[in-house]
Amino acid sequence: MTNPIQEAIAKRAARELEQGEIVNLGIGIPTLVANYVEPNYVYLHTENGMLGVEDVTEEDIDPNIVNAGKFAVGEAIGASYFDSAASFAMIRGGHVDVAILGVLQVDEQARIANWAVPGKNIIGVGGAMDLLVGARKVIVTTTHTSKDGKSKILKECNYPITSTRSVDTIITDLAVFKYINGQLHLVELMPGVDLETVEANTEATFVNSLK
Amino acid sequence: MKIYNSAEEALDCVQTGQTIMVGGFGLVGGPLTLIDTLVELDVKDLTIISNNLGEQGKGLGKLLEQKKVKKAIGSYFTGNRDVGDAFQRGEIEIELLPQGTLAESIRAGGAGIAGYYTKTSFGTNLAKGKETKMFKGEEYVLEEALQADVAIIRAYKADTLGNLVYYKTARNFNPLMATAAKTVIVEVEEIVEVGELKSDEIATPHLFVDRVILAKKILTKEGVIEHD
Repeated sequence: MTNPIQEAIAKRAARELEQGEIVNLGIGIPTLVANYVEPNYVYLHTENGMLGVEDVTEEDIDPNIVNAGKFAVGEAIGASYFDSAASFAMIRGGHVDVAILGVLQVDEQARIANWAVPGKNIIGVGGAMDLLVGARKVIVTTTHTSKDGKSKILKECNYPITSTRSVDTIITDLAVFKYINGQLHLVELMPGVDLETVEANTEATFVNSLK
Repeated sequence: MKIYNSAEEALDCVQTGQTIMVGGFGLVGGPLTLIDTLVELDVKDLTIISNNLGEQGKGLGKLLEQKKVKKAIGSYFTGNRDVGDAFQRGEIEIELLPQGTLAESIRAGGAGIAGYYTKTSFGTNLAKGKETKMFKGEEYVLEEALQADVAIIRAYKADTLGNLVYYKTARNFNPLMATAAKTVIVEVEEIVEVGELKSDEIATPHLFVDRVILAKKILTKEGVIEHD
């Protein structure tokens, strides 16, 4: 089932991509971004070992072609497969242009937490730490607040951080922020959202750079 | 290299206390036939190196259920809540590694490299207790290579020499693990005569491979099916 809030975030994130970029999409909202880019506009990389991911129709599903979320995907023209070490060499080695990731929290230094929740019995990190150190540009997509209404854009993450690297762009259901010269800048309001709503739901300090 | 008639015979070298690498990314590229036999063996205190540890009560998850796992080394145990629960009860040790570090440590283990420095995980909880070093103004974390007594992996086809080719995203950790264990056991969908695989398409040359069996479990659109 599609969730209109998630779809709106994904659609906005797709506009950040430039033609020909190598893009890695994380699990959750980031996966939806693929629905809003023209076929062959970018090259989608998935860390389980494929460059050239595209959508697949139900009848064309091959159970041995999946993305990092273990969902069936298709093979674009010019696609290639490689082992996990080569895949992460691409990521760590700076050969991936953009990573779009989901987050649990992001702080005012644009550092993210997305792999562990204190007190919860879920143990996993996947490729998130590698993508943060290696991708040229990192975009995060998230709902602005948690289910209980708490801001996810905090002064400081209270969950364990994923990297000391700051992300470049934060896209939520309320707004778009860019991290420029050590400060979070509010650069855009999502359709139908006013500044007061963003201020009320953002714990982190940010500069208002709306045009 | 020797071709075995069954998973039972191919796994007769597995012993209590050993370290076992298991290929696959979830079910995709997992040695499903060998895993199902491994869980039936009368061995315990195993260290399992694998990206995931199956699902609750499925695949490698069964090994955990039977308390045969002493330690799990991997990157994503999220799909099996039993892992977190067993860890909380102190029943297993866990070494959580970023997925790229897991892959590179296995690669290093098979390539005669004892350790290497990576930027990944610097400044996070996963780097706690690990040596760090500055190179060209950036901080790196020292990671050590991984090796195993036995690797169980999945390939698409083997020839009678043990050369392997893989299929699509079922490749993942398999070629790496083929290099990093004393005994490498492979299940394949088809065994062909030597010469039938194109030399420049062979991904794992036969010198890495010890034992080959025909897979009895195949991943299909409808799930995992048995075949003879």
